[in-house]
Amino acid sequence: MTSYLVRRVAGALVILMIISAITFYLFYAVPRDPARAFCGKICQPETLALIRHNLGMDEPLFVQYWHWLVGIFAGREFVQFGSCPAPCLGYSFATQEPVFSAIVDRFPVTVSLTLGASVVILAFGILTGMIAAWKVGQPLDKIASSSSVIGASLQIYFVGPLLAFYLVDTMQLIPRPSYVPITENPLDWFTHLMLPWVVLSIIFTANYTRMTRSQMVEQLAEDYVRTARAKGMSSRSVFFRFAWRGAMIPILTIFGVDLATLLGGAIITEQTFSLHGIGELAVRAVQNTDLPMLLGVTIVGAAAIVLLNIVVDVLYAFIDPRVRLS
Amino acid sequence: MTFPSSTATDAAAESADTAGTAGSGSAVVGRSPGQLMWRRFRRDKTGVVSAIIVLAFFLIALLAPVIAALYGKDPYTTYGQNQPGLLNEFGYPIAPNGGVSGDFWFGLEPGLGRDVFTQLVYGIRTSLSIAVIVTVVSTIIGIAMGITSGYIGGKTDYVIGRVIDTLLAFPSQLFLIVFLPVVEAAFVLPEEETPVWLRYVSICVVLTVLGWATIARLLRAQVLSLRAREFVEAARVTGASPARVIFKELLPNLWTPIIIQATLALPLYVGAEAGLGFLGVGMTEPTPDWGRMFQVGANVYHSDVTYLLFPGVSMLIFVVAFNLLGDSIRDAFDPKTKR
Repeated sequence: MTSYLVRRVAGALVILMIISAITFYLFYAVPRDPARAFCGKICQPETLALIRHNLGMDEPLFVQYWHWLVGIFAGREFVQFGSCPAPCLGYSFATQEPVFSAIVDRFPVTVSLTLGASVVILAFGILTGMIAAWKVGQPLDKIASSSSVIGASLQIYFVGPLLAFYLVDTMQLIPRPSYVPITENPLDWFTHLMLPWVVLSIIFTANYTRMTRSQMVEQLAEDYVRTARAKGMSSRSVFFRFAWRGAMIPILTIFGVDLATLLGGAIITEQTFSLHGIGELAVRAVQNTDLPMLLGVTIVGAAAIVLLNIVVDVLYAFIDPRVRLS
Repeated sequence: MTFPSSTATDAAAESADTAGTAGSGSAVVGRSPGQLMWRRFRRDKTGVVSAIIVLAFFLIALLAPVIAALYGKDPYTTYGQNQPGLLNEFGYPIAPNGGVSGDFWFGLEPGLGRDVFTQLVYGIRTSLSIAVIVTVVSTIIGIAMGITSGYIGGKTDYVIGRVIDTLLAFPSQLFLIVFLPVVEAAFVLPEEETPVWLRYVSICVVLTVLGWATIARLLRAQVLSLRAREFVEAARVTGASPARVIFKELLPNLWTPIIIQATLALPLYVGAEAGLGFLGVGMTEPTPDWGRMFQVGANVYHSDVTYLLFPGVSMLIFVVAFNLLGDSIRDAFDPKTKR
């Protein structure tokens, strides 16, 4: 188990290195010169060179990348901004704030959003999928299946404002979505994030309903189910004690892959409800062409996905006793 | 051309046909797999209805200028600002339901006062054309990479495989918005305004680069299993060139997964392009864009929720129809698989 984890983490670090190198190269190889933006309208060549030096941009690209990489582990000094303690991802060109602390500030919002949505997706999607599989071919199954077709075709940026209009503006059933730290008031944290969770999970829930249903139907045709039934176990116990476990394994695999998409959905959900999370940070950085911020967000996003995938793989071992991590 | 996978279904369908027509005594008609697929598809009512809806959307996109000319308005004129009595002092339509009337079928855009109907028709044109281009190009790249990787194997397979793995591990939505300015910056100096065609091309490029890996991975696996089949081996032993094996033996057996994958991908690209527009990094003003209408809609829904309904409901109808069509095509191509 330990050696498995060590190997997976090492592999993850290699992937992150590759991603960061590619991203760094793509970002800094472009002719758009951030130093010019600092320089203002009337820009003397000497001033420009000085700013470039201060930003550390007068060195060859790979040296710059090396400095950036070292900065993450050991911190670095900027002539322009002063010292930046580890883990240092540089300073934003647009707001001059340290990239790392900007990301850390917004992290709880995005984590609350995606975690809450994951719970809704898995709980609700698997539940409806199992009900559909339990009542295969019956009206309940038909309702679940056809509503999942529509659910999967909905768009966050359409459902979000629409629900906000009817539930918040018109009926005033729930408070306007915003982020209240869970440490401040857990109840407010919950009620204010309810709508974003529902909206983000609608599309995914529909997919999980479909997958759980087909997986369950497949599992119920397996030999071990027939054996259990032949030995006199009731169909209810077979269904709820054996079959669902087998069905969960592929679902978990797909969930691991979907995490990246969920993060993408979180960006759009944050924008829909004006939640100040990582996604909103990324969108603003794109509009300002704020390269250090974009690089930081990309790396943190990729790191989160890679890490969560390892967590999902470890979870297998707990659900499926046949899986041995080695 | 060999078609090992379809012989069984061929025989089954033919025997069913002869059973049905035995009384009338007509001869057994040989049908190609394509004809069989078409016959199965025509019998699927949901599929036919969805196909008509999808076709209608493509026709709307193609005929946008004609529709606008017949309707007598264009998506650029700010009618609400030019004619008094249409927008109130806050820029919202005075008439109820977002200003829907005989003159403005889908109402007026709050603020600028442009015509929503032509905006939507032209917006569909922009978004659908991007989605079609990206689907076609990424499918072609995916086919080329997948077949190369699976057929040649060895080091080539390893390299392409790692590239595919890395691409699929990316949080693609994040990369989509992050790489757009980078692609543009490579062509435009910061002082210049980004031309519309460049934004259009960079959206296509970024979506394609992040999109081809899925189909490539699928086809690689298919080619790996096909390569070991007797008919491919036979072709190789009898001296067929790699090009002949690929185009005459492998490709005919790959059309089913390719078409299924492409029908799955197209609505996703429509959604992704619209997502870019919504986030404000897609097509720029004044080019009409389906996705940017959602951005406007999200800003004005407190006072004018009707505006949001037109792009929203039309996209919902399109995506549902396309997904159902995809399911029907899958059933028609491959009647053995059950949903």
